[in-house]
Amino acid sequence: MSANPTRTPNASRKDGALIEIRGLRTVLGGKVIFDGVDLDIARGGITAVMGPSGTGKTTLMRHITGQLAPDAGSILIEGRDVTRIGREELYVLREKIGYLFQNSALLTDYSVFENVAFPLRQHLRLPEELVRNIVLTKLQAVGLRGAAELMPAELSGGMVRRVALARAIVRDPMMIIYDEPFVGLDPIALNQILKLIRTLNETLGITSILVAHELAAVRRVADQIYLLAAGKIAAHGGPEELARGDTPWTRQFFSGEADGPVPFHYPAPDYAGQLGLGAAGHDGPTVTPAPPSRVPPSVAPVDETGAARRPEPRP
Amino acid sequence: MSAVRKPNAAFDGIAKIGACGIFLLQILAAVPRSLRYFRETVRQVWFVGAMSLVIIMISGLFVGMVLGLQLYDVLSRFGATAASGTVVAFALYRELGPVVTALLFAGRAGTSMTAEIGLMRATDQIDAMEMMAVDPLAYVVAPRFLAGILAMPLLACLFNALAIMGAHGVCVTWLGMDNGTFWSNMTSSIDVWKDVMNGVWKSVAFGAVVTLIATFQGYTTAPTSEGVAYATTRTVVFSSIVVLALDFVMTAFLM
Repeated sequence: MSANPTRTPNASRKDGALIEIRGLRTVLGGKVIFDGVDLDIARGGITAVMGPSGTGKTTLMRHITGQLAPDAGSILIEGRDVTRIGREELYVLREKIGYLFQNSALLTDYSVFENVAFPLRQHLRLPEELVRNIVLTKLQAVGLRGAAELMPAELSGGMVRRVALARAIVRDPMMIIYDEPFVGLDPIALNQILKLIRTLNETLGITSILVAHELAAVRRVADQIYLLAAGKIAAHGGPEELARGDTPWTRQFFSGEADGPVPFHYPAPDYAGQLGLGAAGHDGPTVTPAPPSRVPPSVAPVDETGAARRPEPRP
Repeated sequence: MSAVRKPNAAFDGIAKIGACGIFLLQILAAVPRSLRYFRETVRQVWFVGAMSLVIIMISGLFVGMVLGLQLYDVLSRFGATAASGTVVAFALYRELGPVVTALLFAGRAGTSMTAEIGLMRATDQIDAMEMMAVDPLAYVVAPRFLAGILAMPLLACLFNALAIMGAHGVCVTWLGMDNGTFWSNMTSSIDVWKDVMNGVWKSVAFGAVVTLIATFQGYTTAPTSEGVAYATTRTVVFSSIVVLALDFVMTAFLM
């Protein structure tokens, strides 16, 4: 039995993958973001995508929603390849997807109520009373029914995020993508959001994809975790399995160590040289310049300018 | 030697013009879809039109007063002050009305369009609409484009009206020109189709050009505060240049 009360086995989970990604390859600005990524998102489950900053987690979500086309590979959602469908079909698919943006992306000219009602008004011709009831129900779920008439500028960061979540679920989508949902939430709101994610998943059978860094929060709700690093899936499994840190990637990421396969330092020229110490014949350790690299910092190997070999400045 | 040519300012500029042309085609394709957002179009007409009234009317009044004063002074040297109203009207209807209104429109409405759409881009509101299966070209851009085309001729007409009143105030009320001469010379010389409508067609074209540039700059801005600032500046600069250049071309064709 799970030690955590929030995370419970999902009895209603259906078999099979809702999303199948095969051979995904993406190059952006000369940097290889994905190099042959294969990934399955379980139908009705909560899948977390984790990884160091800059590994392309949000880019992966943009691929899944058809906002950005990959250079190669296929992304099948319910059997349809997102990379090959037309605009109309893509919009039909997006109507079934709720997306919680990193910065919430509320429409700043509209009140909280109108923001949540926006998808309903755009796609459905519902009586105003029904729109009102649906919106208030969703706002109640995120604890902001009383803030319905406020403008986004009047809300705190955590409240904005909860309004965005209410908007993402207002049409009861088949899938929700949460892009960094826990940032800026106080412990109370965080706990409620975690419960809401799990409740939506269990009661409505919604497939959830969670992009996050907070392992403690992710462990409470996720059924499986993909760890992205170096353009590939570095690790994949259940939260407890990954948290054990059996590989260098998981060990470094989940214990937050600076040393490991993911370099903490961005590739840089000779540190001593930049400080004006190298050429003056100081007696500190010689630091060779990092070789020029086209690999993103999170992918590049650890260079020799790391903290462990940093020369001590002369007194 | 590398086979790949490094981009430079000239190629970048041509690419931008091409992208702006494609953007125009996308807007035109989105116009039929935007008709379902009729209220949004009305709201934009109010925003770019009604909200620009004060600056347009005040500017028109003073431009007319200056024109009246200058022309009266110049024409008096030739004993032709009776033609003051006529020359003022010609200058306003054919050139100054549409051009000055377009320049003011770019500064007042164009910049606000660019800043608003640019901030929507920077704060992911455009992407959020895409994710909610709402076409931002139909919901955000096309209503503003239509509003610009509708509002510009109306603003130019108001500009002209206030300018004529300003010139009348200076020539007739202040300098003592005969009221009947002012109006009769003007009305007998001005041809509605050739002179007034020339200005109207120009203002329609200027409205389309200014809103196209403003929405393009906002839609394609770099999603940073600096990017929005540059885009807003570019809207004023490019709109002014294109309006003046287009004015010459249209004048050559419409004369």
